[in-house]
Amino acid sequence: MKLITAIVKPPRLDDIKRALQEIGVAGMTVSEVSGFGRQKGHTEIYRGAEYVVDLIPKIRIEVISDDAEVAHIVETITKAANTGAIGDGKIWVTPIDSVVRVRTGERNGEAI
Amino acid sequence: MSSVNNLVNGADTAWLLISGALVLFMTPGLALFYGGMVRAKSTLNIMMMSFSAMGVTTIIWVLYGYSISFGKDVAGIIGDLSHLGLGNTLDATVGSEGHQVPTLAFAMFQLTFAIITIALLSGAIADRVKFSSWLVFVAAWVTLVYSPIAHWVFGGGWIMTKIGALDFAGGTVVEINSGASALALALVIGKRIGFKRDQMRPHNLPLVLLGAGILWFGWFGFNGGSALTSGALASTALINTQIAASAAAMTWLLTEKIRDGKATTLGIASGAVAGMVAITPACGFVNPLGALIIGLISGALSAWAVALKYKFNYDDSLDVVGVHGVSGLFGMLAIGILGTTTANAMGADGLFMNGGTALLEKQMIASVAVGLFAFTATYLIASFIEKTIGFRSSPDDEATGLDQTYHAETAYDFSSISIR
Repeated sequence: MKLITAIVKPPRLDDIKRALQEIGVAGMTVSEVSGFGRQKGHTEIYRGAEYVVDLIPKIRIEVISDDAEVAHIVETITKAANTGAIGDGKIWVTPIDSVVRVRTGERNGEAI
Repeated sequence: MSSVNNLVNGADTAWLLISGALVLFMTPGLALFYGGMVRAKSTLNIMMMSFSAMGVTTIIWVLYGYSISFGKDVAGIIGDLSHLGLGNTLDATVGSEGHQVPTLAFAMFQLTFAIITIALLSGAIADRVKFSSWLVFVAAWVTLVYSPIAHWVFGGGWIMTKIGALDFAGGTVVEINSGASALALALVIGKRIGFKRDQMRPHNLPLVLLGAGILWFGWFGFNGGSALTSGALASTALINTQIAASAAAMTWLLTEKIRDGKATTLGIASGAVAGMVAITPACGFVNPLGALIIGLISGALSAWAVALKYKFNYDDSLDVVGVHGVSGLFGMLAIGILGTTTANAMGADGLFMNGGTALLEKQMIASVAVGLFAFTATYLIASFIEKTIGFRSSPDDEATGLDQTYHAETAYDFSSISIR
């Protein structure tokens, strides 16, 4: 089992959600985060003072899946999230030790 | 008391009563205006500073504040104590011939001016002073700074009688006074932690616009009510206010666009305020075209001036100096240039209206006198408070946010996770 974490641009969320549902992904967790990558930010002037704006709002999407589905899910998210512009985001995969469905107590494979 | 009602002019009284309510409304409006401009963690504290100013100032006003501002003149400096506890007012009237109003209506109107002036000062020291010390400062400042100046300019003191400067609604008493005092406060209290380094942007601009709208609305009472009559003069003052606010809003936007690349909502709100600040002393002494010129210039002037705090390294957090001080001074001097007796026979002609430099000189003297006194007295009062009971918040409190620290509250409790 793997945890797929994707940091994407907020406007892309709807398309990503739809694309994932189309390939049969049954659940996800979405949160609002801020961050920056290699390109850092830019300088803005506000009311006569200069500011470096580096923390940009992003959306974090977390999906749990069987090992077999990981590549397909990552590819789906990448396609839906891509705009070609700076700040499109990143996706990483981490291993999961165990999963439990709270309502029924089902474990691991049956809980995904 | 029925004898008073026989003496007073009903229309003038009605307008003055409404104006008192309008101007009082400006202080909650200011609370919203300032509240939106600060960071979320100390929104409530800056609003508390305005609301508590209403409480403390009113108590002082009734006890002795009205008396020393508007009592019988003593040596041109201060009023006497004949109205201690607002005594000798219930059966009394004030005003010119045929335009008497109940003294209490006048006292209420003037009270609302005192309230907004001290509330304005909170903007210079946002996010970093102890609330208890603020209450002490309000009491001391209204007593030792506001009341004397109000007496000098409005209450029959030396600036009114010996200098003869023109100030319709408080360019000195409210605007230059608050601007100069704010500068002193900012210097005594010091800069916010992270000033010029951290981004300190307004957290709630819709609140700022709402507050600005309320200020705009209330200002019609501030300027129009200062006519103390309901008629042509109030009408002139009112429309001059509208003209100046609108013109200044647009030139502030233009200045921003040129200097910073974007026209902002904070800019249009501040611009409208700057225009109204500048027209405050002049609204009853210039004609509508004069008001337009004053508005157009003050918007650009204050837009430029608010950036000076970064150059000179003082943290006037919410731009009291740049908006109220600078535009207030400009407005006072503008009367000396654009004043015309065609707008008000009781006024005077300025430099461009064939009046020579006499009026301009009076305006300069009054402005400098009020500015210097306000700055010096405020500096001493604030320093005294800082050295005795402490004024500045501790760095920990400032970092946590004053709402939690002083009020055990948070302005926005949206999360289902319990906050701190």
